[in-house]
Amino acid sequence: MDLNTKNTWCPGCGNFAIEKAVKKVIEKIGEENTVITAGIGCHGKIIDYLNVSSFYGLHGRPVITATGIKIGNPDLNVIAFTGDGDSLNEGVSHLVHAVKRNSDITVILHENRNFALTVKQFTATSPRGFISNSSPSGNIEDPINPLALVYASGGTFIARGFSGNVYQLQDLIMQGVKHKGFSFIEVLQPCVAWFDTYDDYREKTYNLEGVPKDPLRKINEWNYENGGKIPLGVFHKEEKESFEEKMSRGDKKINTKEFLKNKA
Amino acid sequence: MNDIQIIIGGAAGDGTKATGHLIGKILNRGGYKVFIHEDYSSLIRGGHNFSVIRGTKNGENCIRESADFLLALNEDSVDRHIGKGGVLIYNSDQVKKRDGIGVPAETIAKEEGAVIMKSNALLGALCKIIGVSWELIGDVFEGFPHSEKNLKVVRRVYDSQEEKGKMKKTKESLSLITGNEAIALGALEAGMENYFAYPMTPSTSILHFLSKIKEAYKINVFQPENEIGVINAALGCAFTGKRTMVGTSGGGFALMTEGISLAAMSETPIVVVESQRAGPSSGTPTYNGQADLNFALNPGHGDFLNLVFAPGDAEEAFYFSNLAMNMSWKYQIPAILLVDKDISESTFSFDKNTLKGVKEWKEKKGRNSKGYHRYRITENGVSPLVYPGGKAVVKSNSYESDEYGISTEDPQMIKKMQEKRMRKERDIKEDLKETIKIYGEGDKVLFCWGSTKGAAIAAGREAGYKVVQILVFNPFPEEKVREAVKGCKEVVVVEANSSGQAAEILKRYILVGRKILKYDGRPFAKEELIEELKK
Ligand SMILES: Cc1ncc(C[n+]2csc(CCOP(=O)(O)OP(=O)(O)O)c2C)c(N)n1
Ligand code: SF4
Repeated sequence: MDLNTKNTWCPGCGNFAIEKAVKKVIEKIGEENTVITAGIGCHGKIIDYLNVSSFYGLHGRPVITATGIKIGNPDLNVIAFTGDGDSLNEGVSHLVHAVKRNSDITVILHENRNFALTVKQFTATSPRGFISNSSPSGNIEDPINPLALVYASGGTFIARGFSGNVYQLQDLIMQGVKHKGFSFIEVLQPCVAWFDTYDDYREKTYNLEGVPKDPLRKINEWNYENGGKIPLGVFHKEEKESFEEKMSRGDKKINTKEFLKNKA
Repeated sequence: MNDIQIIIGGAAGDGTKATGHLIGKILNRGGYKVFIHEDYSSLIRGGHNFSVIRGTKNGENCIRESADFLLALNEDSVDRHIGKGGVLIYNSDQVKKRDGIGVPAETIAKEEGAVIMKSNALLGALCKIIGVSWELIGDVFEGFPHSEKNLKVVRRVYDSQEEKGKMKKTKESLSLITGNEAIALGALEAGMENYFAYPMTPSTSILHFLSKIKEAYKINVFQPENEIGVINAALGCAFTGKRTMVGTSGGGFALMTEGISLAAMSETPIVVVESQRAGPSSGTPTYNGQADLNFALNPGHGDFLNLVFAPGDAEEAFYFSNLAMNMSWKYQIPAILLVDKDISESTFSFDKNTLKGVKEWKEKKGRNSKGYHRYRITENGVSPLVYPGGKAVVKSNSYESDEYGISTEDPQMIKKMQEKRMRKERDIKEDLKETIKIYGEGDKVLFCWGSTKGAAIAAGREAGYKVVQILVFNPFPEEKVREAVKGCKEVVVVEANSSGQAAEILKRYILVGRKILKYDGRPFAKEELIEELKK
């Protein structure tokens, strides 16, 4: 599945763990019927590293592109890689609506809490006070909790992993891909260049024991600021018919000639 | 009578549009070619709506200033249209006594059981006067909601009038469809399997129409969260090999531009219907304009090829929507079908034989095997297509890429790929047979495009102009245009915008004398354009 392309992620970047985990999953589910798509950002480069069919789209749009691919060919496994800047800033409307309609796609959010490729600006999940090139005296906005957003929009599979734990990540992505309907996996992906959170996450993360009965309580345990524990694992899972299953697939019953006859 | 025009007006919700269509159907069965212009406001109740139904033997797709009959549901309709001549048939329950035929439409409708059908009462009077047989009326009401009750209302009024003419029924009549219906059908005939759109007048009725027939035609209709979603979902869908069209008006088209540029770069086929309203910005949603021509010609950032077709009636809308889909897939470039409100929402006579002129062209496919290169460099610039889901790895990219589809910044590769994409133009030009149409002859030339075609032909004929219609704006048919004006004394351009966008394009190739511009949202009437031409 590897391509002989030059990898340009910074050594130690959390994206390597995502790539490793995803590769294992795709090997298992089959490369031929898998399609990946991504936005623009460091996260998107994964497209150039995997020898899997792909649509490398626009900044902010991988989630709706993925739905389009799934509508076009419902037999494909469709995985969208996106960044926090990508799908919580630029394209947040697509995320909310894909969740709402329970589109049968898997979204992997590379949560590095800054615009990395454009060399460090604050995003929707940067903590208050975050020093960046567009907030040199500290971010004055509060962060959003993407898990809460997805839950409020009706998410049917919500999980959080961490680049520091590839095995768990692989398991979460596999569960997400197998889930019928929209699956959302947020991956805490430290950006060693601009926001190195490895130590902080290693200290604060812990694994959920099973799927919690009260997902919101667990989702809100960490508010993307500095304090508190950070749960990892599956927060919520429910069965629901997917959007693409509900789309009409009747039999062709009419042709244009007949149609025009009725219009005479 | 070779030419008849009827205006029917009332408040929104009065049913004038439905009755107007029934009148259109009657004229159609009576052997007329029919054109119906709809004038309505962007509101749900109240306001003033009217339909202009014109029947001609020579197929003039435009309105006249003068009318033969005015069917008025309320006082407002009388006030607005009374100066145009003709017989007034009015709803005497709302309109005070005038010269003409008063019909207590509401009273009769109420007595027969439903207020909503009052506009059909006026139709009864009209039909008797122009000599429509009762049998024909019965025919056109077939399938109309509550047809029996409606027919009772019509009958009462019909019987109260005297016949002044005679209209014979033809054996074989044409179909009556709107421009938007024609666009949808043309795309379906080219194998369209998906239509994605976010509602925006005047394109919305494509969404409505296809939503209604999606099961029968076995297609997907999808309404995403916004136009940015529309175009990106559509490109994802087309990437899997499924023919997809999107539709919008100027504002939504603006939101799609980054996606159109993506279609060009990733070489993903897509048809975008841009139905113009009078702009800029929100403009006047339900009124006509042709001011997005320059925008359609430059629909995204970067240097790329895109087709721009501008049909001028329903038959052309059908043909060019079909061609847009076929050519977009043949050349893997975005195709823009540029129409305007008076094409989209007007009703036209449609010859079923138009169907015979179209088919689905199969795209050039590659081998679905391991060695597949999505962007293989070829002599004519077209790389064979393969869709994901098989042995081949298919890598489409919004970044500049190498032949395999891997992002690149290599200067030689950037240059080669840009040239490969632009090289498609040569074959595209060869494929495009009918890029302009010429009507009549003479040494004075009148250029038109889109919905101005109807009035231009009608007025040109009487004012002694040869009419040239531009159907393809990109690639621009410069040689044919030059040829068309050879030896002529005068060139006039008529269009519905304030700067003369088509005229300015023409000026790059030929001498243009005069522009006749209209930008009040209303269509050119035949007499109005004749007068302008005679100035
Ligand atoms: C429409 C548009 N706006 C801005 C950009 C510039 N841009 C490229 S990547 C990026 C930010 C990426 O941030 P994120 O999605 O979080 O990805 P990361 O690089 O952090 O992985 C931006 C703003 C763009 N490519 N397109
Ligand atoms: S900038 Fe950050 S996200 Fe991008 S490659 Fe480097 S470490 Fe990874």
